[in-house]
Amino acid sequence: MNKNRIMDHPVLESLGNPKKITFTFDGKKYEGFEGDTIASALLANGIRKLRVQEATGNPRSIYCNIGHCFECRVAVNGKQGYRACVTLIEENMAVDSGQVLPHPLHPDVEDLPKTYADYAKNYKKGGNPNA
Amino acid sequence: MHDVVIIGAGPAGLSAAISCRELDLDVLVVDEFPKPGGRLLGQLHQEPSGEWWNGILETKKLVDRAAELDTRIECGVSVHHIEKTETGFNTHTNQGIFPSENLLIATGAAESPAPIPGWTLPGVMSIGAAQVMTNVHRVRVGNKGIVAGVNVLSAAIAIELQLAGVELHSMVLPAKNAVNKHHANPKAVMEGLVRVAHLAPSPFIRFGSKFANNPLVRDIAVKFFPKGGVKMGDMPIHVRKSMIQINGTDKVESVTLANLTTDGEVIPGSEEIVEVDFVCIAGGLYPLAELAAVIGCPFQYVEELGGHVPVHNEQMETPVDGLFVAGNITGIESSKVAKDQGTLAGISIANRKYGKNADLEFSIIEAKKQVHRTRDNASIQFHPGIREGRQRIHQTYIAQEQANN
Repeated sequence: MNKNRIMDHPVLESLGNPKKITFTFDGKKYEGFEGDTIASALLANGIRKLRVQEATGNPRSIYCNIGHCFECRVAVNGKQGYRACVTLIEENMAVDSGQVLPHPLHPDVEDLPKTYADYAKNYKKGGNPNA
Repeated sequence: MHDVVIIGAGPAGLSAAISCRELDLDVLVVDEFPKPGGRLLGQLHQEPSGEWWNGILETKKLVDRAAELDTRIECGVSVHHIEKTETGFNTHTNQGIFPSENLLIATGAAESPAPIPGWTLPGVMSIGAAQVMTNVHRVRVGNKGIVAGVNVLSAAIAIELQLAGVELHSMVLPAKNAVNKHHANPKAVMEGLVRVAHLAPSPFIRFGSKFANNPLVRDIAVKFFPKGGVKMGDMPIHVRKSMIQINGTDKVESVTLANLTTDGEVIPGSEEIVEVDFVCIAGGLYPLAELAAVIGCPFQYVEELGGHVPVHNEQMETPVDGLFVAGNITGIESSKVAKDQGTLAGISIANRKYGKNADLEFSIIEAKKQVHRTRDNASIQFHPGIREGRQRIHQTYIAQEQANN
């Protein structure tokens, strides 16, 4: 996990031996340091891609790294919409990348649900239309 | 009900909190970043005196002083709305609603994006993003990168990246588009270079500083700008090369550069491909002022201050009763000026709270003088016309007050 870490710096203090924190990203285990954001912990592990553009599937990563641009949205412990750049990692936190979502203007019309029952079957948990 | 809620725990917000606490006000500071300090945290440069300006240590001084005064600072709090109430303000956040009599917005600045084809690829980031990753999180943003955008901020951060052992291929201009004519124009960029002259003792600096603000000399400098660029450390800076595309499928693999005419037009056939694994885009800073707009504060566009700025007077009051501003939201300047503005705003808030008294009025005069002194001694100057810009916004405040009375 220290492959991209700047442990020693000519002017700033050495990082020393920070407390390690274990978390998962898309189900895989990673280690970061206490005080890491999700974005910094993942980049330290060599991971840039945090989500895909919801319609096109194009890869996205951090852009501004201070919470302004919302390019780094991930799900944390099952809840969507967290900015990876301003959210600190915690022990056993489950982080998931942002995925492609169903699109009402999908170019392939055949893929669209024809009835509400179709929609419920394909996109709702367990096919329960009231879920 | 707090006496004051301060939005932003950067140099302005923290300094304001300190001066408010010294005057015994009930203060709550909120910030959405996980730690206090704002953009001050990432700053690291050598002063002309040779001393290092270390943002982490400067932040610690402010946070320690605030802690001595039992100041409440809440991080990870995002403000999404502000409401005017009969007695003051309700600040709506992801952690609930905080009522206060006075409100200080010290949200700082954001970076202007400079879109380049391919800029959504992982590995492309704002120059400030690279600064925070490198100096605050201590993570290398890549093995070899390139910077698009040549200005005061990007030159300073490029030095910081090199200091941390991150390799940079060069600094070039971003591709020209409808919204970035200054950043993509060699002549306009050359003017800006003069203002980074003191940042590091390098041939580039000596080269740039010779040309002052004389347009004729500047144009000649652009015309004869060395083909190999001017070196800053090991890295060349080009004002006649532009990044016209960023290439890659899942992440940045390379960029396409092209040579420019002195007027910033791409010279056909001059394209070259350079392999890099990250790209920093530097489009300059603008005041982050949405929250002042939400509460109905009037704005004015002042180019020298970096864009649309909430109208305010010299003691940091806005025309909205009880609403104050300080730091880069009032115009792009150094963190030292932001600190002094924060101190001044804090005293102004106390003066309103305690019903104006001679002691506080005197402190305000002293604090104003301090802002001027710091501005005059600033080692990084973001805009040469900063004083004129400041005067203009203060005059607008006075004119509005007179119109209302």
